[in-house]
Amino acid sequence: MRAYTPKDNVQKKPYYTDRYWVAPQVAKHDVSSDDVFAADLDAIKAKFDVLDAYIQVEQMVVVINAADNFAVIEMLKNERDYNQLSEMSAIDWLASEGKFEIFYQMLSMTKRKRLRIKCKIDEKESIQSVEKLFRSADWSEREMYDMFGVVVNNHPFMKRILMPDDWEGFPLRKTYPLQGDEFAAWYEVDKIFGKEAREIIGPENRDPARIDRYDTERFARLGHEVPRGTDITHGEPDTPLVYQENEGVFMIEKFDAQKSVVISDRHR
Amino acid sequence: MAQHQVNYLKDGGLPVALTTIDKVVNWGRSNSLWALTYGLACCGIEMMASGASRYDFDRFGTIFRASPRQAELMVVAGTLTKKHAEFIRRLYDQMTEPKWVISMGSCANTGGMFNTYSTVQGVDRVIPVDLYLPGCAPRPETLQYGVMMLQQKIRRESASRAQKPKRLM
Repeated sequence: MRAYTPKDNVQKKPYYTDRYWVAPQVAKHDVSSDDVFAADLDAIKAKFDVLDAYIQVEQMVVVINAADNFAVIEMLKNERDYNQLSEMSAIDWLASEGKFEIFYQMLSMTKRKRLRIKCKIDEKESIQSVEKLFRSADWSEREMYDMFGVVVNNHPFMKRILMPDDWEGFPLRKTYPLQGDEFAAWYEVDKIFGKEAREIIGPENRDPARIDRYDTERFARLGHEVPRGTDITHGEPDTPLVYQENEGVFMIEKFDAQKSVVISDRHR
Repeated sequence: MAQHQVNYLKDGGLPVALTTIDKVVNWGRSNSLWALTYGLACCGIEMMASGASRYDFDRFGTIFRASPRQAELMVVAGTLTKKHAEFIRRLYDQMTEPKWVISMGSCANTGGMFNTYSTVQGVDRVIPVDLYLPGCAPRPETLQYGVMMLQQKIRRESASRAQKPKRLM
């Protein structure tokens, strides 16, 4: 296994940069180009601060203050007929801005329109739950907490949803290494056998193609099997494959096609 | 009283068989491997196919049981997550000795393509494994072959001596 190197700043230190690659940008259109969205935006603007608003891929994106999230979504649900919260989660912009972006993807069945509410919070900041408005936010907010560590206020059951309850770290943050930090690497060993078993069980093998020719703990050559843990660096005995019908096991014998009877007359 | 004549001294007609305790016990053990259903992912589908009529594990005496107390073979079929690791250990501990484990498929063997933070990199980090089946997912024939290999392994073991329980540590 390769030695573990901490990957704390993966966003700042990309191992590969293509100098000539330009990130594709989806075209943004003005909200006034769509009458339905324009009316919705006017309704939001009448009561709340709107930091930015545009239409992307025929969906309106409205950026608001994080403190207004519950009130805005409540208004959209009750007055503007956006009756479904199809998705919500967070995006990690900690490296570039030091903030999380929270987005709420909403759908109006009657208007046949999709609208996205966005807001930004600091790393330690928490956000108001919209679970009272949409039950679908229940698990989404728990997942957001589980994966990003964004704490949600007034949630009925603020608890991890995917990872174990005693897990440390938030896996979808950009600073979290894909193969896990030290806590993750030893999680199952620590939990089942205790920390003192780490040396006996050893570190994880992160190279799934690795095969140790002389490892008799995990591998056995077919036809050359030896008891588990035997040292075979100086060769191993032949243990030819013997099937039980050849071995003379009680009541079991090899099928002999010559001795078998083929019934051709079905009415016999 | 039966009317037909049985020649007890011909064609193996003698209703007596001479063998050793080892062979009888291992014959029984190897031909009645009751497996704990442990389908964790897509390998579980192949395991179910092996148990169903086309491949028919029943003819090897391998019958899937839903309780660890009734099972002596654990076929770990699929990806073991770190969250689930303690439960597989608990179920393994509940199985009665002697017990065997088949690690089925790449994920169970080494973590496979899930080289991530949440996957146990091989079930042998948690429970001792007797047989590793390669494949993603192994076909039912492979599992069948694996069970037959395990049967041979069992037959080679000495049954009469006190079974030394397998331990990781």
